[in-house]
Amino acid sequence: MLADKDRIFLNLYGAHGADLESAKKRGAWNGTADMISAGRDWIITQVKESGLRGRGGAGFPTGLKWSFMPKQVTDRPHYLVVNADESEPGTCKDRDIMRHDPHLLIEGCLIASFAMQAHACYIYLRGEYVAEREAMEKAVKEAYAAKLIGKNNIHGWDFDCYIHHGAGAYICGEETALLESLEGKKGQPRLKPPFPANSGLYGCPTTVNNVESIAVAPTIIRRGAKWFAGIGRPNNTGTKVFCVSGHVNKPCNVEEAMSIPLRTLLEEHCGGVRGGWGNLKAVIPGGSSVRMITAAMAEEALMDFDSLSAMKSGLGTAAVIVMDQSTDVVRAIARIAYFYKHESCGQCTPCREGTGWMWRVLERMARGEAEHSEIDLLLDVAGQVEGHTICALGDAAAWPVQGLIRHFRHEIEERIDRYRAAKGVHQVKMVAAE
Amino acid sequence: MSVRRLAAEQPASFAFKPETLETAKWWIAKYPGDRKQSAVIPILWLIQKQEGWVSEPAIRTLAEMLDMPVIRVLEVATFYTMFHLAPVGKHHLQLCGTTPCVLRGAEDLKKVCKSRIGGKFEISAKGLSWEEVECVGACVNAPVVAIDDYYHEDLSPDDLEKLIDALERGETVKPGSARPRQTSAPEGGALTLKDPSLYDGSLAQPVTLPNLPGKSA
Repeated sequence: MLADKDRIFLNLYGAHGADLESAKKRGAWNGTADMISAGRDWIITQVKESGLRGRGGAGFPTGLKWSFMPKQVTDRPHYLVVNADESEPGTCKDRDIMRHDPHLLIEGCLIASFAMQAHACYIYLRGEYVAEREAMEKAVKEAYAAKLIGKNNIHGWDFDCYIHHGAGAYICGEETALLESLEGKKGQPRLKPPFPANSGLYGCPTTVNNVESIAVAPTIIRRGAKWFAGIGRPNNTGTKVFCVSGHVNKPCNVEEAMSIPLRTLLEEHCGGVRGGWGNLKAVIPGGSSVRMITAAMAEEALMDFDSLSAMKSGLGTAAVIVMDQSTDVVRAIARIAYFYKHESCGQCTPCREGTGWMWRVLERMARGEAEHSEIDLLLDVAGQVEGHTICALGDAAAWPVQGLIRHFRHEIEERIDRYRAAKGVHQVKMVAAE
Repeated sequence: MSVRRLAAEQPASFAFKPETLETAKWWIAKYPGDRKQSAVIPILWLIQKQEGWVSEPAIRTLAEMLDMPVIRVLEVATFYTMFHLAPVGKHHLQLCGTTPCVLRGAEDLKKVCKSRIGGKFEISAKGLSWEEVECVGACVNAPVVAIDDYYHEDLSPDDLEKLIDALERGETVKPGSARPRQTSAPEGGALTLKDPSLYDGSLAQPVTLPNLPGKSA
């Protein structure tokens, strides 16, 4: 188990105050002025050397992303935008950071903005996080009052931090959709290029980072890149907040070392799988978008980018959804397919039509009312949605379906056979229309 | 994609209350002077807080306020599913029906909503309504129902019945976990973050940053 002293979010559960004074007592805003006086290149080098990879799902190296911003500020101001539109099913880590450790996030915003020569930052929260938004507004107000941020603050870098919110659209977690939404439009992703670092918010150079990526930065610099890089495995360094939900005895959020074995995570922190390890059926290890893995694979899995992608799954947001033997996996994935159908922005045809089609077919498969040949057809359609859309929502909708068929094809087939035996039919109507 | 339309019955007009207008101006001030369109979602939200829902006259009024074509505001109001395009109950319940909540019993909560309140978006005689929403992002505290914006977590059907009873009696309900549990910590008490030296103020002592230029390699 990771030692408490190596954890970054010391108030993850809100056992202590979220106010400025309490946050300072836990080390927030300590040495911030020194970081700024060491210069932006130094900061970016520290973040690069720590090996920090983005915590929002894609795992792109954070320091490298920061270095993509133009070196010179021209007539267009630079912006930092923090993605707090946490909506990936299974994920609820940024929520805890914002309601219990908001000052680490604000400090991170200042450091990151300085490193990218931005004087303004917008934190985009999902609309449902009302309590979290109130907590953030309160913390921002405290930081202004203490002159930690704002014009002529004690750190010598003029910096404004604004809280913004959405209104219930998963797609706004995609960075360019988020920018559209922040500009007051429908959240429909933009084509890339141009990338946000060249043309982002209001057409200005912008970097969009996840809450956790930004909130860990100050502590990484305070304790040293080497410290962070020494936790986990190479290319998968540092600590990570894991969200474990579903069929464990004690679901919880916990900050642990990257590369912790999945089984250890479940057994040491979450009271184990309901009914014991033998009762495990499948795990979705990184939020609903990644492909599920079986119990046998879960035995071997390390919770990091490389181990899980080698299993054709992914770390994603590190939201572990545990399913025991009682789970109807076909129905579980059908519900996820419904989620993507509901959340597709409607811009690209393969996604708008494909997500609905996949959901409707999966609903029939969950009842067994399908043809065997439709399993391959479904796989084929999933493959045609994947990679053929502007943003990754199409991929995210296809992967859970592919994961289901890869590991539980036999279950779908048995269900089809059972349905036929019970009803005495040889062929069903292949309907995929609403 | 969710296809949403404005309600058939619309009020004749809409007017901002002074306090709503003040908050709306506070939102507009957050964005560059020529970018006040950015405030459209937050102000639609304020309108919904004031009126209970978003009406067609409100959309027109807001378009005028932000110098936006009406169609652009209409697009936003219909795209984002948190905007109610028709009146809802005095208390509105948002039940999370996505897989992590289903694994922990959301289907049973749905039955409670159906039997106590009625169909989705129906307003009960006692002024309650409910809808099924997609993942609300509190999955380690599943199943979750948001009541008037705030999350009620780790609910059993019985817990939800009691919450509905209280709402029907006109009482206020306290958000949070229904179980003896501190926020997202495991039930029975946190297993981590117990080292007292993290909280005694020693971390606030002046630090020398490692690797500072010109100091150590």
